Amino acid sequence: MATREVISTGNELSALAGVDAGCKFFGGYPLTPSSEIMHEISDLLPKVGGTCIQMEDEIGAICAVIGAGMAGVRTMTGTSGPGMSLKAENLGLAQMAEVPLVCVNVMRGGPSTGLPTRVSQGDILQSKNPSHGDYKSITLCAGTLAECYTETVRAFNLADRFMQPVIVLLDETIGHMHGKADIPTAEEVKAGIVPRKKFDGPAEEYFPYKCEHDEPAVLNPMFEGYRYHFTGLHHDKNGFPTEEIETCRKLIQRLEDKVALHEDELESYEEFMMDDAEIMIIAYGSVSLAAKESIRHLRDEGIKAGLFRPITIWPSPAKRIKEYTDKIEKVLVVELNIGQFHSEVQRAAARLDIDGLFKVNGRPISPYEIVNKVKEL
Amino acid sequence: MAFNYEKYLRLEKMPTLWCWGCGDGVILKAFVRAIEKMGISQNDVCVVSGIGCSGRFSSYVDFNTIHTTHGRTVAYATGVKLACPDKVVVCVAGDGDALAIGGNHTIHGCRRNIDITMIVINNFIYGLTNAQTSPTTPQGMWTVTQKIGNIDPTFDTCELAIASGASFVARETMIEPKKLEKMLIKAMEHKGFSMAEVLSNCHINLGRKNKMVSAMENLEWIDSITTSKKKYDAMTEEEQLNLFPLGILKQDLEVREYCDMYKDIQDAHQGKRAKITQDDFKKKI
Repeated sequence: MATREVISTGNELSALAGVDAGCKFFGGYPLTPSSEIMHEISDLLPKVGGTCIQMEDEIGAICAVIGAGMAGVRTMTGTSGPGMSLKAENLGLAQMAEVPLVCVNVMRGGPSTGLPTRVSQGDILQSKNPSHGDYKSITLCAGTLAECYTETVRAFNLADRFMQPVIVLLDETIGHMHGKADIPTAEEVKAGIVPRKKFDGPAEEYFPYKCEHDEPAVLNPMFEGYRYHFTGLHHDKNGFPTEEIETCRKLIQRLEDKVALHEDELESYEEFMMDDAEIMIIAYGSVSLAAKESIRHLRDEGIKAGLFRPITIWPSPAKRIKEYTDKIEKVLVVELNIGQFHSEVQRAAARLDIDGLFKVNGRPISPYEIVNKVKEL
Repeated sequence: MAFNYEKYLRLEKMPTLWCWGCGDGVILKAFVRAIEKMGISQNDVCVVSGIGCSGRFSSYVDFNTIHTTHGRTVAYATGVKLACPDKVVVCVAGDGDALAIGGNHTIHGCRRNIDITMIVINNFIYGLTNAQTSPTTPQGMWTVTQKIGNIDPTFDTCELAIASGASFVARETMIEPKKLEKMLIKAMEHKGFSMAEVLSNCHINLGRKNKMVSAMENLEWIDSITTSKKKYDAMTEEEQLNLFPLGILKQDLEVREYCDMYKDIQDAHQGKRAKITQDDFKKKI
């Protein structure tokens, strides 16, 4: 793969990725520690004929993004926990109406205003179900600077493939990290763009929501002669509100199955020194960097530890986790929250003895904290 | 020749869920007649509605249509318009949508002066959800949340839009559909944010406990609280107090439209023009 070396931050790389992936609209609202995404993209988008608008609030931002997505362009927003809370209802509409978009959440301390400038991974569960009702979220989590770029690109392609919002989780540490990264060239990214499906038959034969039980809607761009209806209500094959029992059931089941039955297309994780590991550390995002460092120290001392790092957080790589937890007795989940992914690991492993190292004071976890914890196991 | 409504309606969605005698249907018909007269293709129009009785407006008309969450019409429409600036984008919102839960978006749509026409159907009550107080419910009227009499002060939709910077602001009632149709044409023809308030009836949920049990009684009340802008302007402040002026209340052809201004940003970034400075604007603060 053709790559280029850049010196940048996670937030800025996420913005660059959006533009390279063909994003033409960004709607945002200032929110620490994510604001640099909007700062950067407000310069990048107009250069390529796109639009960046600072809306009046977080809700307005997500609504404008969904509107542009309905119109047919690739769209993106960036925010942090409080903004995710405000965006939740409309993310639900995008799930229901199957409107693709990318939402980058740079996690900070919560709940509420929390610790605005400090790191956290407290939005793992929120990103699984930000809105009410049944649907299946797709959430990707960048663990390196380069991944702030590559996962944002992947998010755009997945959003168009599955026709729904895709959340990209960064955390304050990785969003503000400044350094060197090898990322694919813009040409490479462009060549890999898989745009959303389009119906090109006669308009009278077009039914945007008539699809196989496990496939997403096919939503043509607006203003091209295929007039249809978007709604957050339960709807029929044309997109019009209905309360017909079977139609309602099939719709919600399809929203689940279009993702659940295609998890293989979404699965992504990294395994580090797992081949002979006797202790498995599970960590993601910036914490995985400390975990890798701790593993090098542990290995120097003869302790065979390895790292399993989910990159696609939702749906979680549960099967792969179970393969390991069936073999490895000592499993430690390290995260900057009180066990949000830990509970998922316990579920996947069907074990209640999974250990955890949690931190919620806004400070990063150091490699030595992990080393010490592993030695206690 | 009789007007061919069928071309513009999604007949398979009829009958509407609106009550017998509701003004929403009159407004819907005036809207499609306006589109026909303007000669705009149905493919080039996007209608965005919110939640409430007026929220169903979008599903009955054969355009590109969006039924959004409560109050967010202008925000969704802003995304559609900025993605496709040469298309006609129309919001249809109720008084609860536009002035309560979505008030912020209304204000900022007006401020940006983005080329969207916002039709606010003001029936002075939350109709769909059974008669709760709206920001336009007159003080002293019965609502299900203030059965002893509403004390909440009211918003004036048009005054709010004028103060917020909308470049076209007008008000009509559904009692006179021809005037309404003309207002909608002017609103949609205007380049900039157009606030088009339409006073309408809800004899079911506003009227039944406020001595207007029939549509006619409700319309008579609307007639009694409205007058032409010309007559209104000639009145004393005291006489104006309980009246809404009808007609075009503001039209500013000088102020620039938002998508048009954003083109300057694109041009500046692409080296086609200099940076934008205060000198580019007449109004400096």
